[in-house]
Amino acid sequence: MPMTGSSVTTEPTTGSMPLQGERDIVMCRQMVRRLTQQAKFSLVDQTKLITAASELSRNTVVYGGGGEMRWEIVQEGLRTGLRLAFEDKGPGIPDVDLALTDGWTSGSGMGVGLSGSRRLVNDFDLRTEVGVGTCVTVARWK
Amino acid sequence: MERIPILRMGRALLVTIQIDLQDQVALQLQDDLSAQIERTGAKGVLIDISALEIVDSFVGRMLASISGIARVLDATTVVVGMQPAVAITLVELGLSLEGVRTALNVERGMQLLTAGFDADDGIQRDD
Amino acid sequence: MKQDNAVFDQVLKADPEQFLKEWLSEVGRSGNASAGAGATGLADARELLGALAAAVAADADLKNLQDAAWARTRSVLAALSQSRAAQGASAGDTSYFVMALKRPLFIGLDKHLGSDPKAAFDAAWTGTVLIDQLAQFTASTYQRMREDVIARQQQELLELSTPVVKLWDGVLAVPMIGTLDSSRTQLVMETLLTRIVETGSELAIIDITGVPTVDTLVAQHLLKTVTAIRLMGADAIISGIRPQIAQTIVHLGIDLQGITTKASLADALQLAMKKAGYTITRSKA
Repeated sequence: MPMTGSSVTTEPTTGSMPLQGERDIVMCRQMVRRLTQQAKFSLVDQTKLITAASELSRNTVVYGGGGEMRWEIVQEGLRTGLRLAFEDKGPGIPDVDLALTDGWTSGSGMGVGLSGSRRLVNDFDLRTEVGVGTCVTVARWK
Repeated sequence: MERIPILRMGRALLVTIQIDLQDQVALQLQDDLSAQIERTGAKGVLIDISALEIVDSFVGRMLASISGIARVLDATTVVVGMQPAVAITLVELGLSLEGVRTALNVERGMQLLTAGFDADDGIQRDD
Repeated sequence: MKQDNAVFDQVLKADPEQFLKEWLSEVGRSGNASAGAGATGLADARELLGALAAAVAADADLKNLQDAAWARTRSVLAALSQSRAAQGASAGDTSYFVMALKRPLFIGLDKHLGSDPKAAFDAAWTGTVLIDQLAQFTASTYQRMREDVIARQQQELLELSTPVVKLWDGVLAVPMIGTLDSSRTQLVMETLLTRIVETGSELAIIDITGVPTVDTLVAQHLLKTVTAIRLMGADAIISGIRPQIAQTIVHLGIDLQGITTKASLADALQLAMKKAGYTITRSKA
């Protein structure tokens, strides 16, 4: 059980990263991968959360005019979880219900990104205000 | 910025995606493939995603677009090697990838494409 | 060395054998064999005492077990947890082992600071807070380990109850038995999909003869599984559809989205072979 010396640097249990350009979407995926591996999520759970992070970070960059992603590895009683918050000071979402409807076939901007992400996570919280910004917080528990 | 190489094998074009695709790179691939199909008159496109651990809606849309564009240019596209975790996630995400043909691996994918070429040529094999 | 640490350093190093003796007798006082008062108990205690003494001498923060200087102590406690858990000791007994430290420690503090009640009181307080932290750490490590064991056993159980069999070249079958809840289906999906890739099988037969009821939720799970299979480039047949289930499916208006269904596994296998291009002939005996 005592950890053997590892050459992999561990990420801090909480932190943030900027989401300004396309490259940051890739960086975000890689960060979430490291975090989910660190928290020892199953492969499928890792894939789901990283995919959700990809969708949400893209929304932040493309529709939110840039912002940041904050993460936290949480311990709630006996269970471990990873919480991610995607925040921007962009235009906000005028019609939340519409945005959360699967937009794939209708070809709307956000497509399945927002609604699909909701299905990939355990907890989903969306806060938005037109002219102020948007914050989507998601979490997956082991 | 990376550029995904496109290989030519007979009447088919082969693409192996092995990196974490940045959006621009995916779009560039789309452009490159379309240009190559046109230039070479390729009848088939095989996209190997066995190394892709994440397929999000952007990549999904790219695959569907390539499929559609290829079809217009009279070529068939087959996407091969989707990882189980990716398939499970795509289903949950709600991405149907409609219009995109898939096969388990490169071998099967090539068999599919070749059968298509033969059919086009009016050849019937009794394997 | 900090003053507090110096006092503890003295107490821990004054007479280790006596310290250990008093510690283990306190452990034995609990009357429970699993608390570990035997030979292994002595070895465990000695190691823990060594780690504690080293940390204290290295000026470890007595109020904070997360201090880097406590690393070896934490590691010793974790190993203790693990070995006790493996021996079947309870969490309570394992942490009691650590708590019993208080006795020799307080005896030692009394001996060294007996003449100064205030100092003795403060040191005792620091000592009790520290040992409580040690015990807490031991207990939570134990807990986590038990959870890991349980999770692993659950996984094994689930895997055992959903075997994926190869019926023929390119044809896999999975007999589903019992209720199909989402975690069950998830596991089946993962196992089946992985096997499909490993064997390069293009057809999977999902037999639901052993599934008592099919409602919209179950149907959804099945549909998701088949969609994933198709996304990967293979296909699936659902077999074992009893008449009642067929009725329920129609009644609930469940759309099976063009998935082929067969009443029996045998029918499904026959169809699978045909699809794979096999003709079966029987030579007259």
